Amino acid sequence: MSALINIGYLVASVLFILGLKGLTHPRTAVRGNFLGATGMLLAVVLTLTNQQILSYEMIILGLIIGGAIGAVLAIKIEMTSMPELVAVFNGFGGMASVLVAGAALLENTLEAEVPMMQLTIAIAVSGLIGAVTFWGSMVAFGKLKGLIDENAVLFSGQQIINGILAATALALSCWVVLDPANGWAYWLLVGVASVLGVLLVIPVGGADMPVVVALLNSYSGLAAASTGFVLSNNVLIITGSLVGASGLILTQIMCKAMNRSLTNVLFGVMAPVGDGGPTADEVYGGKVKSTSPEEVALLFETARRVSIIPGYGMAVSQAQHPVASLAALLESRGTKVEYAVHPVAGRMPGHMNVLLAEADVPYEALRDMDESNQDIDQVDVALVIGANDVVNPMARTDPSSPIAGMPIIDVDKAKTVVIIKRSLSPGFAGIPNPLFSLDNSLMLFGDGKKMVLDIIAALKDV
Amino acid sequence: MEMFIMGLTIFVLAIFVGFEIITKIPPTLHTPLMSGSNAISGITLVGAVLSSGAQHTMATTILGVLAVIFATINVIGGFMVTNRMLAMFKKRS
Repeated sequence: MSALINIGYLVASVLFILGLKGLTHPRTAVRGNFLGATGMLLAVVLTLTNQQILSYEMIILGLIIGGAIGAVLAIKIEMTSMPELVAVFNGFGGMASVLVAGAALLENTLEAEVPMMQLTIAIAVSGLIGAVTFWGSMVAFGKLKGLIDENAVLFSGQQIINGILAATALALSCWVVLDPANGWAYWLLVGVASVLGVLLVIPVGGADMPVVVALLNSYSGLAAASTGFVLSNNVLIITGSLVGASGLILTQIMCKAMNRSLTNVLFGVMAPVGDGGPTADEVYGGKVKSTSPEEVALLFETARRVSIIPGYGMAVSQAQHPVASLAALLESRGTKVEYAVHPVAGRMPGHMNVLLAEADVPYEALRDMDESNQDIDQVDVALVIGANDVVNPMARTDPSSPIAGMPIIDVDKAKTVVIIKRSLSPGFAGIPNPLFSLDNSLMLFGDGKKMVLDIIAALKDV
Repeated sequence: MEMFIMGLTIFVLAIFVGFEIITKIPPTLHTPLMSGSNAISGITLVGAVLSSGAQHTMATTILGVLAVIFATINVIGGFMVTNRMLAMFKKRS
């Protein structure tokens, strides 16, 4: 029977791998997700046949409560709030690992013999990573939701405190390993790791959130893998490492797209704004041209090719539906419309793509940064909505700028650039954007959603 | 110790498989990738089910049930929301 269960777990692992493979194309992605879910169902049903299980009441109770909460969250969530939901789910995975490892420690110390060292090491690691993941995710959730200051929260001695906490957590881990029968050591470890999780995410600022969400995703996978070592269960080890690898790759992609090192993101270090950097007055002084929705409509009238560059501001003003309507209107008049999406636009990897897909934008129109930059000089009108640092040409031109070297979407090379923005206030990097005062740039000041709706109205009038 | 080495072998090989597959996923699908991979990391549910059903002591049962709840939210919520998102990605009609 046990061999049969293990073969079933192997099938489940293969289904998870095939499921992830399905995500390599939008056409096969729905089926991929379904394969993953099938693998999960198989793994859980097989586990239920395990002879260790004496009572099913509590399991069923837990499944019903958890399933109901999960289903309601999944159905009710707004697409703009997806980063918060993913953060919460990451955290819950981490907490499940903490609890399972805690239960495993109790079970093993009940039997008179001393548990093997590799087991207690795995338990300590599960507790440590799981608690960091849970509390880190809760802070990330709070920041994304606006419950906690979204900016980088920095205080003096932060890194020393983190260092002391990490050392304490390590010492407590050793205590758990050497004296597993002591019931307190593990929960003390979980407590210290919780504080560490909070302090690790607190210093990270809003626009750096995609990195943190990706990293916590990776941690939740590693927590599951270490729980796999606790239970000597291969399906947990395989799945956990797949997710761990996935999160790590996303973290790396996000860091690259911001030209920041992971350590800088994690310690809330922004490259200092050089003293020699131009001030806002020097950059903008008298050179910024303001425009009206009617003028922009006239521009669109004659444009053959339009590129839309969305940023977090589009999500904030919920402008994705009007943007998609504008694109549809332009296309019905024979204009070619595409979207240029920067990897870190928004608050999590792929955030803009999901919002635009929700507004029925076909996935072929969503182009990534490199693809868009290749032919952006052929674009008649580039419409920037709610993006700032990711279109700042200083990244290319000024080596002393804090964003120097960051890959950007080269909208300044388009024939005309229209930027919808409330004011000339700087983005996350805190620097002025010379794009706004270029000869071929026009600023359309106002709320993203309202401005797009006004452009649509004006287009229909002409 | 042998069990541990076996586990470690699988762990390292699976990480390589993960790297190979995930690098091929286009940026368009990065959000569903996160929620979907998150759902499968809820596999901890397997361990949670064992802890809550084995009835060693009251304490292990309570820890187990709580773990089942957290992991099930992760699994059900993760797969459902991923499905909802992926269903929105449509071809040009």
